[in-house]
Amino acid sequence: MVEWTEQERNIITSIFSSLDYDDVGPKALSRCLIVYPWTQRYFASFGNLYNADAIKTNPNIQAHGTRVLHGLDRAVKNMDNIKDTYAELSVLHSEKLHVDPDNFRLLADCLTIVIAAKMGSGFTPEMQATFQKFLAVVVSALGRQYH
Amino acid sequence: MTCTLVNAAIKWSIKAQHVCWDLSSVGFLSVVTMLSKKEKKLIKEIWERLTPVAEDIGSDALLRMFASYPGTKTYFSHLDISPGSAHLYSHGKKIVLAIAEGAKDISQLTVTLAPLQTLHAYQLRIDPTNFKLLSHCMLVTLACYLGEEFTPVAHAAIDKYLSAFAAVLSEKYR
Repeated sequence: MVEWTEQERNIITSIFSSLDYDDVGPKALSRCLIVYPWTQRYFASFGNLYNADAIKTNPNIQAHGTRVLHGLDRAVKNMDNIKDTYAELSVLHSEKLHVDPDNFRLLADCLTIVIAAKMGSGFTPEMQATFQKFLAVVVSALGRQYH
Repeated sequence: MTCTLVNAAIKWSIKAQHVCWDLSSVGFLSVVTMLSKKEKKLIKEIWERLTPVAEDIGSDALLRMFASYPGTKTYFSHLDISPGSAHLYSHGKKIVLAIAEGAKDISQLTVTLAPLQTLHAYQLRIDPTNFKLLSHCMLVTLACYLGEEFTPVAHAAIDKYLSAFAAVLSEKYR
């Protein structure tokens, strides 16, 4: 089981409580689609993804970005059992959505960078390490039910 | 039947794109030809701006890497890499200045980095996976420093450039 120190828990809850989900979610997802364009393969039905501006203003992407970020809330509220928390979502991403689990890591990296851009020097190396640890656990849980 | 062929072709081209960003499997040339003129200009401009603060950028990226990936510290047992140390600043500065130098003329990267290629291959022998880790932390440092200016387009361009840089550095490894 993953061990969390008191400080790590505080860092995670404080980062998430400072986030504007409607802003950060869409930014992270659209950044992922722009920086790693092959991830667009999962969003063929979302409409115009022709260039960076189209992606950034696409309302379907925005809504989905917000939804994904809210999905992370579940892990924040259940840090001691992220594995089971995401069992169902893992099955969904594997069996129904057919998402290559490598992509979870790419989105996680983009989320880290969006938060870094927001928080500036307030996003210390220590906070980054904790946040990345958290995302690594989430990514691992999401990939767990693939077979 | 045509549908299957088209699907297969699309899957292959998507995979091929993915491979280009994986520095361990593809060299410098493929990544560099993927950089547009606009991107090369953007990369050059950004690293020019960072040159005066090379010490701060470099040491920040290194500190982030040591915090998130403790294994990377093993390459620095001969230096004092605690926050604020002189070694950290001078080493960080060296790295950022080398990256900035390469950015001035990306098409000449192999020439510009030739001495560093030899250094990394025969003396330092840093496992190339670590280049990815430092590149990621460099991107985080840039995001913290540039804020909203670190747009997705700038992020993509610099990510590609750092991949090319790392690929060139490891060219003489074997």
